[in-house]
Amino acid sequence: MIRVMLPSHLRNLAKVGYEVELEVSGEVTQRSILNALEARYPMLQGTIRDHVTQVRRPFLRFFACGEDLSHESPDAPVPDAVISGAEPFLVVGAIAGG
Amino acid sequence: MSGVRVLVGTRKGAFILTSDGKREKWDVSGPHFAGWEIYHAKGSQLDPNRIYVSQTSGWFGQVIQRSDDGGKTWIQPGTPPGEQTAPGGMPKGDSNKFVYDVSAETGKSLTTHQWYDGTQHPWEFKRVWHLEPSLTEPDTVYAGVEDAALFRSKDGGKSWHELSGLRGHGTGPKWQPGAGGMCLHTVILDPRDPKRIYIAISAAGAFRSDDGGETWKPINKGLHSLYIPDPTAEVGHCVHHVAMNPSRPGVLFMQKHWDVMRSDNAGDSWTEVSGNLPTDFGFVIDVHAHEPETIYVVPIKSDSEHYVPDGKLRVYRSKSGGNEWEALTKGLPQENCFVNVLRDAMAVDSLDECGIYFGTSGGQVYASSDAGDSWNPIVRDLPGVLSVEVQTLS
Repeated sequence: MIRVMLPSHLRNLAKVGYEVELEVSGEVTQRSILNALEARYPMLQGTIRDHVTQVRRPFLRFFACGEDLSHESPDAPVPDAVISGAEPFLVVGAIAGG
Repeated sequence: MSGVRVLVGTRKGAFILTSDGKREKWDVSGPHFAGWEIYHAKGSQLDPNRIYVSQTSGWFGQVIQRSDDGGKTWIQPGTPPGEQTAPGGMPKGDSNKFVYDVSAETGKSLTTHQWYDGTQHPWEFKRVWHLEPSLTEPDTVYAGVEDAALFRSKDGGKSWHELSGLRGHGTGPKWQPGAGGMCLHTVILDPRDPKRIYIAISAAGAFRSDDGGETWKPINKGLHSLYIPDPTAEVGHCVHHVAMNPSRPGVLFMQKHWDVMRSDNAGDSWTEVSGNLPTDFGFVIDVHAHEPETIYVVPIKSDSEHYVPDGKLRVYRSKSGGNEWEALTKGLPQENCFVNVLRDAMAVDSLDECGIYFGTSGGQVYASSDAGDSWNPIVRDLPGVLSVEVQTLS
């Protein structure tokens, strides 16, 4: 079970709590996690990554295990601790604007 | 008992202000969608309980919200839990998917537009500026977006498709972004001719379709803009807003970057009616609900200040369709006021004594229940107001 933590605005859109748990089939990567997230919560499509290009929106970052994974390949495996469920995969809104 | 519902979009959420027909006491609900920019909210004339909202964020992009109960509850069309819309059983997440058409021949971008440095730039979707529900089809709604294009949904906002004849008719490479971006901010539907649509773009100009949005032509003859290389060019004009009284759909009024204009032939030609205004720069313009020659603007100090002149908030009214203007000040601050009124932030109701409403960058929403003779603030301290629309309820 993969644990995903979302910023508050996306939690409100999806009507979920602080953390969601997802079954991710196949290799666990950023892409497969987000695919599973959007399949379960379709209202999040387009809010984390572009509808068409699937590129991460500029003011969002992906973190796990204290590391910034934002510039890793979306098809690279995420850390083992995320795959085991020991650590969450974090979608973080950048602090910006002043 | 008649009443009004004022839909206010602000930089940090939507607010709904309701009153009975006297328009003296107001209930305020909100913020809805707290923390998000609400560029526009508008109700359907066919079903006043149906309201569409454009909810945007620099972080999370575009979201479309819809209410079918007058703003009590909201859904993202197509995505409420339990609603099965896709073959696989899951609801689609397409209500915020605005994808521009590509060329049928090449599969590449339909056209490019002029960038700030004069080079050509591809269209990139930013946000929805304006939502206009159809006057004839209950589930049809139009969206004017940035970068400038017109989209239409025929399923209540669940999915959107571009009316690409607008971008594709040939002048796209001459369009360019204004200071607020290259936005399609005005959509006006002709109540007598469902095939006729007017739109306006900053900075390209006004356009008209006479075939339901399939084909378009620029309608900018008579506009004179000193800030572009050819002041009378076919396109390139920074049109800020256009208004029409439904009883005279061929008569249009325009607040351009500079100049207030009118057209008596559905936009085929325009004449200036700025007259004795203290400045002909501004954003909003609207028309009295029952007196089609009575129009309203809020002059703004150009060009970089973008607040009202002399620290005085004054609505100007012309009862002669322009040229002769009177300042309306009763109830409005006449000293130390430095707010702006943005292009979609004025609206009129259709009660017997026409009500006029506008919102300011300072978060005030003012209402007049006597056609502008006197004003009162409904609310004083909202986030900066981006849009104001009014529903007249029976």
